[in-house]
Amino acid sequence: MSNNADSDSDRPVFSSPKDAAGDPLLRLDRVSKAFPVQSSKLFRRSRELVHAVEDVSLEVRPGETLGLVGETGCGKSTLARCIARLYDLTSGSVIFDGKDISYMSRREMRPLRREIQMIFQDPYGSLNPRRRVGSIIGDPFAIHDIGSRGERKKKVQDLMELVGLNPEHYNRFPSEFSGGQRQRIGTARALALRPRMVICDEPVSALDVSIQAQIINLLKDLQDEFGLTYIFISHDLSVVRHVSDRIAVMYLGRIVEVAPAEEVFECTRHPYTRALLSALPVADPDAADRRESIVLVGDIPSPTHPPSGCRFHTRCPKARPDCVRINPELEQVFDDGAEHLTACLHPLALGEDMSLARPQIEDSEILMAPRASVKSPGGTQ
Amino acid sequence: MALLEVRDLRVSFDTPDGVVRAVRGLSFDVERGTTLAVVGESGSGKSVATQTITGLTRGARILGSALFEGTELIGADLKALRKVRGAKIGMIFQDPLSSLHPYYTVGWQIVEMIRAHDRSTSKAAARRRAAHLLSLVGIPRAESRIDDYPHQFSGGMRQRVMIAMAMALDPAMLIADEPTTALDVTVQAQVLGVMRTLQQEFGTAIVLITHDLGVVAEMSDEVVVMYAGVVMERASRRTLFYRHHHPYTEGLLASLPARTKPGERLTPIAGAPPSLIKLPKGCPFAARCRYAFDKCFVDTPPLVTVYDDESHQSACWLSVDEKVREHQRAESYAEEAAT
Repeated sequence: MSNNADSDSDRPVFSSPKDAAGDPLLRLDRVSKAFPVQSSKLFRRSRELVHAVEDVSLEVRPGETLGLVGETGCGKSTLARCIARLYDLTSGSVIFDGKDISYMSRREMRPLRREIQMIFQDPYGSLNPRRRVGSIIGDPFAIHDIGSRGERKKKVQDLMELVGLNPEHYNRFPSEFSGGQRQRIGTARALALRPRMVICDEPVSALDVSIQAQIINLLKDLQDEFGLTYIFISHDLSVVRHVSDRIAVMYLGRIVEVAPAEEVFECTRHPYTRALLSALPVADPDAADRRESIVLVGDIPSPTHPPSGCRFHTRCPKARPDCVRINPELEQVFDDGAEHLTACLHPLALGEDMSLARPQIEDSEILMAPRASVKSPGGTQ
Repeated sequence: MALLEVRDLRVSFDTPDGVVRAVRGLSFDVERGTTLAVVGESGSGKSVATQTITGLTRGARILGSALFEGTELIGADLKALRKVRGAKIGMIFQDPLSSLHPYYTVGWQIVEMIRAHDRSTSKAAARRRAAHLLSLVGIPRAESRIDDYPHQFSGGMRQRVMIAMAMALDPAMLIADEPTTALDVTVQAQVLGVMRTLQQEFGTAIVLITHDLGVVAEMSDEVVVMYAGVVMERASRRTLFYRHHHPYTEGLLASLPARTKPGERLTPIAGAPPSLIKLPKGCPFAARCRYAFDKCFVDTPPLVTVYDDESHQSACWLSVDEKVREHQRAESYAEEAAT
């Protein structure tokens, strides 16, 4: 890996050690995003809102990796796009490096676009198949009018080398590269302008495990080299655990738990987090046979009509009547440190066995479920 | 005799770029009531192999044999295949939405499936059976949801409907091709749980095709690891995870984030799989293998018994003696650490 790509950059190299103290690079304050949906029923048209993200407050410190996990439809990608201002916010504010960028115009945003970049899940869909790789990676230079043609080519080739591509393949098309290599192209493009924050939206989900590890290592190397701050979105908890300093767990548009990575696993407080962890298949037969299995019943409710109170109450084995009424705030529970916040009225104590808990409310899916899905078989043998 | 015996299966496709040799001599057995996991990365031929067995690969050149309950499936005519497919071998695929017809209710589709194989069943009886199947796979209020259309179900529920349909005629074997890859982990746990419960109840054999080693560890009895159209290693579940022989298996396990301490560098397998059009000489994995030596690039290793365990086979030129292999492994890692 070379770092000469950076010596002729027009901006000073950004480097920041991982220190918890100091100002956050990014601060989200009660960010909400709702999308209108047209639903036409016979004789009547109604306008409903999908509450994709609601009241999310979060801080991201310079140089750290914040993992964002949750299932399909929990709003993690919408939140990422709100941060990058690819979507306009419905309410709340996004403060990047001390500047409120929540309602900036496109023109005001332009210089900031250099600082916040994204890497997408689908390396096939995010690269234009009819353009050559060199010109794809060079786009940011062209858009921000940096350097002459010759300089740009040099920079692009340096970037390609940086991410582990052969710079001689400058003139090839995306179709001539494998999935892993295409993800490297996307990474090179995101790094072209030396951003300070990179939002990685499921960057390795479409890749085979052996290739996945290559890309994760690459992202880590680049972070060390340039002091990048990552927001790393994934549904794969083992990947998130590996790369993140802190992890935020989302459910139906809200953050239910945020904590240092290891604490999320070792000292889980929110019942949803516990269920998510227990559903994760482990590639170790002994552990797979041994572990506690909490099979969540039902599906994630519709975000157009989210449940009242705590949004997880319909599927939570620990649900109590107050969960239906009260929307829990993200706060410290038990003797957790200031870093560990949980939004739950009845959080899990250390070592508590959740598989025995039964909900004490009426509209719980658990009580309505038929036999097959309640049964939670352990190991097969 | 095993329920399914596949011997030296070879599948190739003619493409404008050349002949793609997707499966190159695959043999395996599936015993009644057990789960065989077929693991491999994209392009390893795992899906092509099972689709060929059920006659779903059109325009391919196929050689070899697949005996199901003593009946040859390869080259069987359509009529004979139809009797087996659906009735005796159920199938579920990765994307349930594209496997369900959007214009018909799920109940209609299950009834149709039952009656296509057995005309003597009355519509009412088939419908009762469909409703029973749907409740069996854990669909709430099955009696009313039977008249819903596929789009009215969520992804996990659709996959349950697919399982209900595949199990409708009480097949002896279920082929599940990446059944949970498109699902979230919590939904995946539900669907795997349903498959396990049904297996225990009906004694169905399952061929589970997957790339996820976590799913393998939870579900399988036997495991076949495929790479570039051939079997690299075959072993029972525990043996594969704890006493594997093949460097490819070792590499796959080592590249899992869960097997590395948080914050430490992962150990990926270098490079990428070979093109199936221009396969290299010798072992297909040699170019990415940390142990490769001269012979690997010349001769293709046969699948042989290793570690004196009849049920454990590996296609690799490295020593079949466990102690020697362990020693080679330790040396290789020490060498890497030194450089």
